[in-house]
This record gives sequence, C-alpha cells and structure tokens, in this order.
Amino acid sequence: MTQQSKRIEVTLESIFDSVDLAEDITVRVAEAAGFGDEDRHRIGMSVREGMINAVQYGNRQDRGKKIFLTVELEPARIIIRILDQGNGFDLADIPDPLAEENLLKSSGRGILLMRSFMDEFDVVRGQTGGAEVVMVKRLPAAG
Amino acid sequence: MSFKATAREISGVTVVDLSGRITLGEGSAMLREMVRDFIGKGQKKIVLNLADVNYIDSSGIGELVSGFTTVKNHGGELKLLNLTKKVHDLLQITKLYTVFDVHNDEGSALKSFRA
Repeated sequence: MTQQSKRIEVTLESIFDSVDLAEDITVRVAEAAGFGDEDRHRIGMSVREGMINAVQYGNRQDRGKKIFLTVELEPARIIIRILDQGNGFDLADIPDPLAEENLLKSSGRGILLMRSFMDEFDVVRGQTGGAEVVMVKRLPAAG
Repeated sequence: MSFKATAREISGVTVVDLSGRITLGEGSAMLREMVRDFIGKGQKKIVLNLADVNYIDSSGIGELVSGFTTVKNHGGELKLLNLTKKVHDLLQITKLYTVFDVHNDEGSALKSFRA
C-alpha cells in the first residue's frame, strides 16, 4: 500500500494578521500529523518567523502582493514552504545575529530561530523571483 | 492569551508582571511603550517578571533587547525574572542569556540592583 502525501496550499495577504493565521493552520496540521507539544511549538514559531519575514521584508507589506503557504505532510515528515513576491535574498547576505556586534540589535533573529527549530531549512528563489523558505520537521520515530 | 502587564514598586524597583504572548503586534508594542513610560517617569530600576509569559517570538525578544539597551543608556538597569523554559531556551539560542541579568526569585532580583 502506498502512502500518499497530503498538501494544503493557502494564499495570504501581506499583513501581519496573516502571521497568526499561518501559524494556527500549520500547528493544527502538525497536531493532526501526530507531532507532540514541543515540536508543534517549534513548527509554529518557525512558520511565524518565516511569515514575519515574508510580510515585512519580502513583500514590504504591499497589499498588492501575496504570500503562498504550502504545508505538505509525508508519512515521516512535514514540509513547509513560504513564498513571497518580493525580490528574493541570499542567505549569505544576512548578518549573523550571534556575532558580537549584532547581539544587541532589536531584529535579525528570525532565520536563526527557524534553523534552530526545524530539521532542515533553506531559502530558494521562487519561480517568479521571490524568496521561498523551505523547512522540514521529521516525525519522531515510533516506539 | 493576550498580553498583560501589571507594575508594582518595591524598594525603588519597578517590578512588572507580564503575562500572555510577547509577539509582533500588540505584545511587543505594549512592552516598548511601557519601558518608555518608565524611563520618562524616572523609573530606571526595572524587573520584568516573565513567569506567565508562555510565548515570545523574535519581535518580542527584540523588544526585550531594546528595553535593556534603552534603560542602560539612561543609566538604569533592566533585569529578567522567572523565565519559563521556552523563553529560557530562546535566550540561550540567541546568546542573550548571558547578556541579561536573569533571576529565579524576586528577592535576589531586587537585591541585585546597584545602590
């Protein structure tokens, strides 16, 4: 018997209210998939951080631009994609928030948190040029 | 649970009991305004009691950092009290745990301020 993946695609406005919505949707899917409390918290926070970046830096709160959230459930993992319609960015250009000179800055920690909370994290260029955050969390092994 | 803050004065120190979520939007903005108000009133010895803060995102952490530096730049001190595991872990990940003066009981937090 083959196990198929399940997928939810949501189109969101470039407003900060979308952050809570995306987090809520993803946490509910994670719960249905069998992730425990701690993992659901980490997944929710990661989506939150990805969405904040997409709204604030990707689409610059331009109401004419959308954010595309995809949550895909495979038997052993959840894959989350957040695609904006901005200009894209290179991870190498993001200042290191752990560097001494950046430690007391009031922003710049979102990517660090996503990397820390998810098992896999990457940023790729979307087909139309925006940034697509791709994050994976594996379900704990049974038993 | 939405963000709430209640301030009380003990021996010249402002202890602020925070609860709920410190996240982008309401929580972060309220925290920022509150610290500015305290500075404006000359209250520069501040303890943020985070015992009932169940969630904080990077914006909330940013406001804690902003509050810390703002108070310091005005010659005061801002300390943290009663971190939940989630907040503790976030401050560890962001290397901020050693930046803040963190306490597990109010008494030691109050005594730790410079005279």
